Amino acid sequence: MSLRILKPTAEFADLLPKEYQELVENGPYHEQKGISDLGTFKEIIEEHPHCAGCGVALGVRLVAASLPAPADTLIIGTPGCSFFGLAQTALNYSNTAFGNQNAVASGLKRMLKIRYPDRNKDVVVLVGDGGIADIGLDMTLHSWLRRENITTIMVDNEVYGNTGGQESGMTKEGQVLNMAPEGKKFPKIPVFELARTSGCAYGARVTVASPRKIGEAVKKAILVAREVGPTYVQIYTPCPTNLKFPPDQTVKVAKDAEAGYYSFEEFISPEAQEYMQKTTKAV
Amino acid sequence: MDRVQRPVEASQLLFESERAPAFITGSEAVMEAIKRANVDMAIAYPITPQSESMHLIGDLYAKGYLKDYYRAENEFAVMAAIHGASLGGGRVFTATSGPGTLRAMEMFPVWAGSRQPIVCAFMCRGVSLPPSIQPENIEMGMLLDTGMLMLHAENVQDFFDMLLKAYLIAEKPDVHLPVGVFVDGFFVTHTRETVMLPPDDLKLLPYDPENSPVPVFDMETPPMRITRDPLLNKSNFISYAANASWHQEVLAAAERARKHLAQYLGGLLEVENPNAKIFIAASGTAVSQGREALKDLLDAGLDVGLIKIKSIRPFPVNELQEATKNAELIVVPEFNAGGWLAKEIKATLNENNRVVAGPRVFGGMTIPKELIISEIHNALNRQNQRL
Repeated sequence: MSLRILKPTAEFADLLPKEYQELVENGPYHEQKGISDLGTFKEIIEEHPHCAGCGVALGVRLVAASLPAPADTLIIGTPGCSFFGLAQTALNYSNTAFGNQNAVASGLKRMLKIRYPDRNKDVVVLVGDGGIADIGLDMTLHSWLRRENITTIMVDNEVYGNTGGQESGMTKEGQVLNMAPEGKKFPKIPVFELARTSGCAYGARVTVASPRKIGEAVKKAILVAREVGPTYVQIYTPCPTNLKFPPDQTVKVAKDAEAGYYSFEEFISPEAQEYMQKTTKAV
Repeated sequence: MDRVQRPVEASQLLFESERAPAFITGSEAVMEAIKRANVDMAIAYPITPQSESMHLIGDLYAKGYLKDYYRAENEFAVMAAIHGASLGGGRVFTATSGPGTLRAMEMFPVWAGSRQPIVCAFMCRGVSLPPSIQPENIEMGMLLDTGMLMLHAENVQDFFDMLLKAYLIAEKPDVHLPVGVFVDGFFVTHTRETVMLPPDDLKLLPYDPENSPVPVFDMETPPMRITRDPLLNKSNFISYAANASWHQEVLAAAERARKHLAQYLGGLLEVENPNAKIFIAASGTAVSQGREALKDLLDAGLDVGLIKIKSIRPFPVNELQEATKNAELIVVPEFNAGGWLAKEIKATLNENNRVVAGPRVFGGMTIPKELIISEIHNALNRQNQRL
């Protein structure tokens, strides 16, 4: 995308919402901006209608600020809490049937390769745990097994939030939630491990308590997906509303998890490692 | 590629170029149509009786006629990936049958709601009621309100022509909707017929994503969400009104397709013996069986005509009312247990006690012409008894 496309005709500029004007003047589209620059540029996501203290909203915001090329990034979502934030981004974002995201992204990425053979068009799936690990798990895994050049990012709040707090496959064992009146009876689905064995060239497991790590992981994942193969980032985004903790404790809950069962982990294939070394040297 | 192809105007390919005969099956006709349709990408998943046609599309890809093709993991994933590919601004194709159609069901309204000119072939077969792989078109009755246009081909020639014409109609900026081209499985897909084909060194002009009522999803236009939250999930009047007006526009776009259907298909229906008092009205291969019955009935001195309905969505309401305004009896033979076509016709006509919803066969049988003839005699006897 060229910045020219965004720029309004001078005569009409003052009629456009202030949000839009700020985005054109001070958006992250053409400068390398990252999480450490937050507060110095106009973010492509601002207001959101999530609950107070929402981990997913924070996760979406941090991902949006980490995109290496937002001007050429297409986001595929799915129904759930994640789309409330995504609907507020100044990115092309599409979300249709629940769970279809990795299939949609496969078709989209392939068509963009046909239409723009010499340019990078980053296709990023940004979806909750229900969409990726439950209803869309077959399509998630098949997109990895087919080695599609897409990045899949899970904002894992360990619950179906938008439908009112039901157990998901990513809920911790024993947790009592709607549809799990006696507590969940099996462990979290090991999507991170499945990513490794299903052909992802890069994977990272992080929490919203470590924004810098999210920034690095998302950038790496998107760069590797361009040239090497599918990539996966799983972000723990705790839900105060349904897990019943005070909304000002979200980051603390994430930090505690990171010290325990949600520790930072990363894997990278030798091919992706080599590619990243070349890319970093070139920069 | 076997031959270097030249993109030409649709009128040249379809109507002006000289056609030559080929003795081919319906599956081969799909390949011949897609070969000339300048399709960017196709996605396949096997199901009987669709599979052979998508093998042949794979062969086209291997020869360089398409730029991408793959076998996906299930029909819902196929229709989702086709949706994604179409969002990306290219011309796409896929096909399925019966249970595959039902597995993918959620995506069809998404195609229409996203205003995507996707062409999909449906080789209709039984669904699990109980399980059958045999010809039957109950799935068409289940797709009537998904927003897609629906054409029903009678034979292999129709199938070839309708697939190519489907792209032209689907891609009109005032339409820009998916088109399903339906045939009764096996009867058309696995039957060899002489088909007249235009030369294969010609193909349609490429799809132009800029000539669309919705922006292409490639970050070359200002950021805009295809399915925005106002259309989706806000509980307020503006949101309801936005959703309703978008939905109405999808339905209006289908109405605007009528003139293009008339141009390319020569009308939404065809009538034989227009002044008859008795009509057999049908779509798909039931038309062929109706035509056999018609010969015998005319030989027996009855005043019978035949209505072949080609477009199911949009439905030829005015045309049907006009064609049957003097009719006393309309018999509707169908290849399904539900009788969806008879219901459509009954909902369209005044004095719909003239409409006989049958005969209907399913489970794989063909419709013997005798069944149609006896349905007409029985209905006439009933009418005489009432008099």
